[in-house]
Amino acid sequence: MPAAVPLSWYLVLSAVLFSLGVAGFFFRRNIITMFMSIELMLNAVNLSFVAFSFQLKQVSGNIFAFFVMVVAAAEAAVGLAIILTVFKNRATLNVDRIDSMKY
Amino acid sequence: MSQFYTSTDHFVLIPGIMLALFGCAVLLFDFLVFPAPKQRKWLLLFVALGEAFTGYGLWRQQAFLAANGIPEITAFQGALTIDGFSLFFNWVFIAAALLVAIVSYRYLEIEGEHHGEYYALILLSQCGMFFLAAGTDLVTLFVGLELMALSFYIMVGFLRRDKRSNEAALKYLLLGAFSSGFLAYGFSLMYGMAGSTRLREVTAALASRDPWDPVLFVAGVTTSVGLLFKISVVPFHMWAPDAYEGAPTTVTAYLSVASKAASFAFLLRIFLGPLAAAREVWEPLLVVVAVATLTVGNFAALTQTNVKRMLAYSSISHAGYMLLGLIAGNDTGIQGIAVYVLVYTFMNLGAFLVVVALRRQDIIGEDVDDMAGLIHKSPGYAVLMLIFLLSLAGIPPTAGFLGKYYIFLSLIQTGHYVLAVIATLYVALAIYYYFRIVRSMFAGEVADKMPLASSFGLRVALTVSGVLTLWIGVYPEPFLRLAQTSLLR
Repeated sequence: MPAAVPLSWYLVLSAVLFSLGVAGFFFRRNIITMFMSIELMLNAVNLSFVAFSFQLKQVSGNIFAFFVMVVAAAEAAVGLAIILTVFKNRATLNVDRIDSMKY
Repeated sequence: MSQFYTSTDHFVLIPGIMLALFGCAVLLFDFLVFPAPKQRKWLLLFVALGEAFTGYGLWRQQAFLAANGIPEITAFQGALTIDGFSLFFNWVFIAAALLVAIVSYRYLEIEGEHHGEYYALILLSQCGMFFLAAGTDLVTLFVGLELMALSFYIMVGFLRRDKRSNEAALKYLLLGAFSSGFLAYGFSLMYGMAGSTRLREVTAALASRDPWDPVLFVAGVTTSVGLLFKISVVPFHMWAPDAYEGAPTTVTAYLSVASKAASFAFLLRIFLGPLAAAREVWEPLLVVVAVATLTVGNFAALTQTNVKRMLAYSSISHAGYMLLGLIAGNDTGIQGIAVYVLVYTFMNLGAFLVVVALRRQDIIGEDVDDMAGLIHKSPGYAVLMLIFLLSLAGIPPTAGFLGKYYIFLSLIQTGHYVLAVIATLYVALAIYYYFRIVRSMFAGEVADKMPLASSFGLRVALTVSGVLTLWIGVYPEPFLRLAQTSLLR
C-alpha cells in the first residue's frame, strides 16, 4: 500500500538519486555516462514531483513530471546527435580530450 | 462556458503561436517548396513575416493594456502573463532575431553550411524566449527554457564539419542540461512547499516561511544554480567562452544577447517572485557572485587574442553589472537592468557583426590582429566597431554609459558604496582590453588585402545597431520610458 511509505522517504531517495547524478557528472569522463548521469538527475526530479503530487492529492505535479520526461527525451535526441558528430570528427568520447579551445 | 481556451488565452498566446507556426513553416517550405540552395533566401521572408505577425500581436497587447489602463493580462489560469515586463523583453528578442537573421544568409554561405533549419531554429528559440518572459508558471517557464536551450544547442553546433563548433555544442549541451537538472529539482521543492505551480501561489506560500527554512534554502540554492548558469556568471561561466568561440559568429551574437536577455527575464521573475522571501539569504551570496564575475570576466578578457573569446569574457562581466542592479533591488536597479539589457543587445550584437564581416573565404578573421589597419581598408566598419567598443566600455555619449549609469545610481541610492567603487574600477580595466582592438584597428598595419564580407543584410544590421547605440546614448528619453513600463510589480 503506497500510503504506508511516508513522503520523507521518497524525498530522501530523490535527493540521493540526484546527488548520485551530480557525482556521476563530475567524476565520470565518458560523455555518454555523463549524459546518463544528467538523465538520472531528471528522474530524481520526477520522483520528487510525483511524491509531492501524491501527498498533495493533485495532478499538477504529475503533469510536470510528464513535461520533464518530454524535455529529457528531446534533450537525449539532440544530445546524442551532437555526441555522434563529435565522435565522427575526433574518434574519442573522453571529455578531457575534447579540449581544442583553451584560454 | 468553456474554461479551457478562452479568447483572452488566445489573445495572450498569439506571439508564441506565430513564432512556432512560422518556425514550422520554414522547415516545411525548405523541404517541399525551396529545395535548391539558391532559393533559401526566400526563407528570410518567412522569418520577416513571422516577426511581423509576432510584433503585431505584441503591439495589440500593448495597445490593449494602454487602452484599458490595466497593468497585466493573465491567461490560462495564471500560467501566462502579459505585462510591461514581458512586452519589453519580447521587443528586445524581436530586434535581436531580425538583425541576426538578415546577417546569417551571407555568413552561412561563406561557411558552406547554409540550411533552412537555421531560420526555423531562430524562430523556435525565440518562441521559447516568449514563454520565458511571459510565463508565470513553473511548467511554462521550464518548457520555455528548454525550448530555447535545445534550439541553441543545435545552432551552436551548426557547423557540422568544424571541430570547434562540435566541441562548443557538446560543452554547452552537457553544462546546460546539467544546470536544467538543478533548476527542475529546485522547482520540484517549490511545488512541494506551495502545492501549486503558479508563480503567484508559490510566491505567497514561500513568503509565509522563515527565510532560513532548510527546504526553502535547498530549493533556492538549486534554482539559483540553474539560473546563474544560464546568465553565465562566475562560478557557472565555464561554458560561455567555449560556446561563444566555437559557435558560428552569427549564433554567438544571437546567443550572447537574446539568450542572455531571456535568462535575465526568467531570473528576475524568480528572484523578485518566489525567492523574494529569502532576500536576506541570497543577497550576500549574489554580492560574492557579482564581484567574482566582474573580476574573472575582466581579468580573463585582458589576455585574450581571439576577439570572440574576449567578447565572451566581456559579456560575462556585463552579466555581473546587470546582477548588481538586482542586488540594489530598488526600482532604479530593476529599471537599470532593463535599460542595460536593451543597450547591451545593440552594442554587443554590433560588435559581433563586425567579426561576422571579417569572416571571408579562407580567412577566419577572429583574431585581434585580423582587425589591424581596418580604418585604412574599410573605414565604415572601423568607425562602427569603435562606437560599439566605446559603448561596451561605457563611455558617454554612447548607450553603454546610460546602462552603467543607472546600475551605479541604484547602488548608491541603496548604500552599496563599496560595490559601486569596485564596479567603477573594473570599468577602467575594461577600457584597456577594448582599446587593444581599437589600437589594432587604427594604428596597426593592414593585415590582409582581401576586402571585408559585405551584404545588404549585414550593412542594414550594422547601421541599425550603430545608430541605436548612439541614439539611446544621446536621446534616451523614449527608451527610458519604455524601460519604466517594464518594472515588475
